[in-house]
Amino acid sequence: MAKIHVTTTINGDPTEFLCDPADSMLDALRGPLGLTGAKEGCGTGDCGACSITVDGRLVCSCLMLAAEAEGHEIATIEGMAEGEKLHPLQQKFLELAALQCGICTPGVLVAAKSLLERNPDPSETEVRYWLAGNLCRCTGYDKIVRAVMETAAEMREAAR
Amino acid sequence: MTDMRYLAPQTLDEAVGAYAAAAGAARILAGGTDLLVQMRSGMVKPGLIVDIKKIAEMTAVEQTADGGFRVGAAVSGAALAEHPTFGQVWPGVLEGFNLIGSTQVQGRASMGGNLCNGSPAADSVPALVAAGAVVTVQGPDGRRELKVEDVPAGPGKTNLKPGEILVSFTLPPRPKGSGDAYLRMIPRTEMDIAVVGVGVSLTLENGVCTAARVGLGAVAPTVLLVEDAAKALIGSKLDDAALDAAAAACSAACRPIDDKRGTIAYRTKVAGVLLKRTAAIAAERAKGN
Amino acid sequence: MNDQTNKWIGKRTIRPDGVDKVTGRACYAADNSMPGMIWAKVLRSPHPHAKIRGIDTSKAEALPGVKAVATAKDFVEFPIDTAVPLGIQDMRWMARNMLAHERALFHGHPVAAVAATTAEIAAEACKLIEVDYEVLPWAVEIDDAIAPDATPLFDHIQFEGKPSNIAGKLEHKKGDIEAGFAEADVIIERSFTTRPVHQGYIEPHACTVSVAADGKTTVWSSSQGQFMVRAMTAYLTGIPQSDIRAIPAEIGGGFGGKTIVYLEPVAAILSRKSGRPVKMVMTREEVMRATGPTSGAKMTVKIGAKKDGTIVAGQGTFYLQAGAFPGSPIRGAAGCSFTPYAIPNVLSTGYDVVCNRSKVAAYRAPGAPIGAYGVECVLDEVAQAIGMDPLEMRLKNIAHDGTKAVHGPVFQSIGFAQTIEAALKSDHYKTKLTGKFQGRGVANGWWFNAGGESSAQVNITEDGNVVVTTGHPDIGGSRASIANITAELLGIDYDRVSVLIGDTATIGFSNLTGGSRVLFASAMVVTESTEKVIEQLKQRAAKIWGIDASAVVWENGEARPSGEHTGNFPTMTLAELGAKANETGGPIGAGSQQNTTGAEGGFATHICDVEVDVDLGTVTILRYTCVQDVGKAIHPAYVEGQMQGGVAQGIGWALNEEYIYDKQGRVDNPSFLDYRMPVCSDLPMLDTIMVEVPNPKHPQGVRGVGEAPLVPGPAAVCNAVSNALGIRFHDLPLSPPRIVAAIDANMKQAAE
Repeated sequence: MAKIHVTTTINGDPTEFLCDPADSMLDALRGPLGLTGAKEGCGTGDCGACSITVDGRLVCSCLMLAAEAEGHEIATIEGMAEGEKLHPLQQKFLELAALQCGICTPGVLVAAKSLLERNPDPSETEVRYWLAGNLCRCTGYDKIVRAVMETAAEMREAAR
Repeated sequence: MTDMRYLAPQTLDEAVGAYAAAAGAARILAGGTDLLVQMRSGMVKPGLIVDIKKIAEMTAVEQTADGGFRVGAAVSGAALAEHPTFGQVWPGVLEGFNLIGSTQVQGRASMGGNLCNGSPAADSVPALVAAGAVVTVQGPDGRRELKVEDVPAGPGKTNLKPGEILVSFTLPPRPKGSGDAYLRMIPRTEMDIAVVGVGVSLTLENGVCTAARVGLGAVAPTVLLVEDAAKALIGSKLDDAALDAAAAACSAACRPIDDKRGTIAYRTKVAGVLLKRTAAIAAERAKGN
Repeated sequence: MNDQTNKWIGKRTIRPDGVDKVTGRACYAADNSMPGMIWAKVLRSPHPHAKIRGIDTSKAEALPGVKAVATAKDFVEFPIDTAVPLGIQDMRWMARNMLAHERALFHGHPVAAVAATTAEIAAEACKLIEVDYEVLPWAVEIDDAIAPDATPLFDHIQFEGKPSNIAGKLEHKKGDIEAGFAEADVIIERSFTTRPVHQGYIEPHACTVSVAADGKTTVWSSSQGQFMVRAMTAYLTGIPQSDIRAIPAEIGGGFGGKTIVYLEPVAAILSRKSGRPVKMVMTREEVMRATGPTSGAKMTVKIGAKKDGTIVAGQGTFYLQAGAFPGSPIRGAAGCSFTPYAIPNVLSTGYDVVCNRSKVAAYRAPGAPIGAYGVECVLDEVAQAIGMDPLEMRLKNIAHDGTKAVHGPVFQSIGFAQTIEAALKSDHYKTKLTGKFQGRGVANGWWFNAGGESSAQVNITEDGNVVVTTGHPDIGGSRASIANITAELLGIDYDRVSVLIGDTATIGFSNLTGGSRVLFASAMVVTESTEKVIEQLKQRAAKIWGIDASAVVWENGEARPSGEHTGNFPTMTLAELGAKANETGGPIGAGSQQNTTGAEGGFATHICDVEVDVDLGTVTILRYTCVQDVGKAIHPAYVEGQMQGGVAQGIGWALNEEYIYDKQGRVDNPSFLDYRMPVCSDLPMLDTIMVEVPNPKHPQGVRGVGEAPLVPGPAAVCNAVSNALGIRFHDLPLSPPRIVAAIDANMKQAAE
C-alpha cells in the first residue's frame, strides 16, 4: 500500500511527511521527522513517555496514527523551550533534580505544561492524578510533583 | 509497509459505505486507544481504517429538545469534561468516562469506542446503562436505536450488524431529584482496568427512591443491568436494609472469572461493597438536584 | 572535608547532562541511527520448556528484504558443563540466555534472530523459521521445580548426588544455633513468599551495532557498563575486545537489570553476516517476558530473643528462583538479612533454584529485600511478643563498629545506630496514628556496597576549563557529583567542569554502574587525577616564576608562591596556566586507574504509615520516611532521589507488583497495564533523613546510597499493614484480593 502524505504543523513549523498507514505518530516523530524526544516506553499508552499535544490536547503519540496529524497542530518536547530560554518547568526540573535517568522526563514535562495551561493553581492531588499516566521508576515522583507545584506558584507570581 | 488503507471521510454515508464495503476487514478509528494497542499486538490486522473524527455528528455534544443530551460516539473524555452543563446533569456518566486511562488517554478515548470494544470492564458503560442511555447506529440499511446494555454481546463482541457504525449516545432528560454516580475498584489509584465497576442512577422524592437503575461491570461477559438491585432500592429510603438487599442482588448477579486482576470471591464481594458506596453518592447528588 | 569550607560538595548543582534531558536532546539507545542501518527481530520460544531438535531458517532467509539470520550456532561454543566466568556472570549461561542452544527454557526465550531492511520484514521472517521442538514438562514455581518428579532443566546439574533444579547452596554460620535458641525466652518462626518483580526501567533494551568488513565493531547501546557490553560481545562473537568500541548511550533506567546484555552480541552477529549496521529495540512485552526480574522466593525465618529484647539466635532458609539459568541472588538474601544485627548465633542458608522463567537479573541490592522481608517481619513479631517498641528492640541489637557480620567481615565505620536514633527522634515516629485501620511499620536494611575498578581522566583545556572523563554510565546524576568534587578540589566554579562518560576506546576499564559503587569508586580516581593535575599546575607556575614547585601552593583556583617567595609573583589562575600550557611543558592532564577498596555498607531505616480500606483491601500509604546513613552527600538532591526512588519501588513490591503466570507457563501480565508499578497518584511525598557518617576510607567520605533504600521497604509496608489490621501477612504482594481474603478468614476464625 502506498505511503500517505501528511501536511501538518509541528512545534509551529509547517511540516510534511510520508508515513505508512499503520505508523503511529510516535513512529513518524522518531523516524522520518527525527524528533526523538518523545520516547517509546510501552507502545500501549501506559507510560506516557511519548506524550505530545495535538491542538493543545495532551495525548500519547503511540496511540495515534501518523496519518491523523493531517491539518492539526502537534507540539513535542522539542518545542517547549524558546530557543535558548527554557520553559519554567524545564528550569525547575533541573533546579530540584526532578529527574534521574531522564527517559520519562520529556513526557512528564509535556504533560505538566498541559496541566498548567489549564489549571495554573493545581493542588498536589490534582498534579498527581494529572500525571498518573506518566510512569517514572527513578524518583518516586516526590521531586516531580514539587517541581510542578513550585513552577505553578512562580508562574502565577510572574503573571500578577 | 503494511497492507492497510486509512480513510477519514467527512460524511457518515461515506463512512458507512466504505466500512460496509470492506466486509469485516475494516475497523472504526475514534480515539484509537484500544485499536492501536490491538493492531500493535497483532490481535487485529485491519485492511481498512475508517477514521470517523472528521464527521461533525460524531464529535458533537448537544442538548436535545426535551432537555436530554446527545453525545457523538467519537467525543473524547477531555472534550466532554469541558462541556458547560453535561457534567452537572450526568456526573456519574462523566466520571465513568473520565476514569478510562490516563489524562493522555482522555485526550482521545471515546464512549463509542469504549462500548464497541466490548470489554466487560469498560468504565463508561455501567453508568451509561444506569442512565438508560440509548445509542444511534447507522448502517447500510439506515439508522436504528439500541439500549446501551443491548450493544455488547460478549468480550470483544457487539450486536451491531455488519457495516453498522455507532453514531451517538442519547441520554434522557433528568427529573427533579435525580443523581447518578460511578465507582470502580482498581488495585492502584489510576491506570488500571476495573476489577468491578458500578453505576447507579436514581431519583428521590421526599427521601424515597422512586426510580433507580444499576449497571455492573467486570463481573460477567458483558456489563449487566441489575434489575433486582434497582428493585431493592425503589420504594425505599435507601436505608441499610434496602442497600444490603441491593448489594446482595449485585453480588448474586456476578458471574465473574478468576484472572490476573481479581478472584471470583473478591469480585463478588466488592460488587456489593461498591453498590452501597455508589448509591450513597448518587443519593447525595439527587438531594442537591 | 569540612562542611563549612566546602563550596561545591554538598551543593544542589544543576547536572551537566540536565539541559539535554529536559529538552529531549539526550540520546538514549533507541534514539541512534546509522547510515545503511537495518532492523532485527527475535523469534522466541512458544514453550516454557522444550528440546530444540533443529532450526530451519531457509524460508526466512529467502524472504525479500532479509539480510541475515542468526541462531546459537553463530556464537562461540561454550560447553554446557564448563564454567566461563566473567565477573559474577557465566558466559555459557549468558550465551544460552541470548539464543537458546540445546533447549528453550522459558516461554519467550530467544531462539533465532533476523535482520531485514525493515522491522516488519524481520518480524515476518521470524514467523517463517521452523523450529523442531520436543516439548518437556515445565515448572515455574519453586515447589514444583524442586519436587522429586520435576524435570531437571540441565542434565549435568546435581544436588546431593542427584539430578536437581537446585543449582547452588550458600551457608553463613556463626556461633551455635541450637544453643542460642535454647537460651531464648521467645521464639518466632514463620514462612514467607515473595513474587518476582521487575526492575521496571521505562527504557526498553536497545542497541545499534556495526561490524565493518575488517571486524572493527561499534556498539551503541544503553547499559550499566560499556565495558561489560564489550566483554560479553567479545566472548560470544569471538571479536577481540580491542576491535570493539562500545559507546554508552544515555540510559533510561536500569536498577541492575542492565548489568547484563540481551541484544548486542546477537546484533553483532547479524551485522557481521549482513555487512550492515543492525538496530534492535525490544518491545515492552519482550522486556517483561524475557529480561530479568529479580527472584521470587520462599523462606523460613526463626528468631529467638530474651525477655529484655536481646536476640540470641537467628536462622533463615531462603529458596530463590534463578529462572532459566543458575545465579539467583542468594548472597544478598542469606548474607544481608541478619547482618544489621549483632546476633551471636546465626545460620543463614540460601538455595539457588532454576525453573522455567526468564533468567533473573540484578535488581537493586539483589536478594537483600527478600531476606530482609522475612527477618524484619519476624523481628516485628518478636518485639510484639515481648512488648517492646519495634525500633527500640532493633536498636538494642544492632551491629556497631567492630561487630563481625555473619558473612565474615568486621564493620569498620558504620552509621547504623545514628540512623535508628534519627528515626526514633523523627517527627514522623513521634506522631501517633489515630485513625481506624491505620498502622505503622518499621524495618531496617543493609547492603554491602562495592568498590572495584574505575578509571578517570582529567584534562585542562587551553582556555583553562576542565574536562573529566569517567567510565561508568550515569544512571541517576553521578556526573553532577563528579563535577562538584572536581570543582571543589580545583577551587573553581562548578560550571567550568564538564563531565563526560567515555566509551571503551577513550577511557580505561571501569566496572559496572552497580553495587552502589559509581560515585564511591569514580570519586577516588577523579580525586587522584585532579590531585595530579594540581601538581602539574604548581610545576608550571614554578617554572614560569623560576622557583621550586614545592614553594607553590594551589588555593582558590590559583597558584600562589609561598614561603620565602610569598608575594613575589602575582598569582596565576587556571585560565592563565592553561593558556601557557604548551610553552611550559605541554598539555595539562592526568589519569588514574584503580581497583578501589574501602567501600562500607549502607544502612537504612524506614517508617511507613498506611490506612487500609477493609472492604476493598486497598492500602493507602499515608506517610513514609526513609532514614539512611549516606556517608557524605556530595549532591544531596540526587541522594534524596535515590532514597525516594528506592522507597517507591519497595512500596510497589509490597503492594501490587508481581509476575503472574498462566496455566501454560506464560507471563500473563507483560505490560505496564497489568504489571502494576506505583503511579504518581499512588504515593505521598516521600520524606528523607540523610544521616552523614563519612566513610573514613574515602577521600570525600562517600558511601554507596543507591541500593540500601530498597531493602527495608517491603517489610516496612507489610509490618504497617499487619499493624493496621492486627493480622500478620506472610506473602507478597499485599494485593486487594489477598487482604480481603485474610480479613474474611480472620473474621471467620474469630466467629468460630
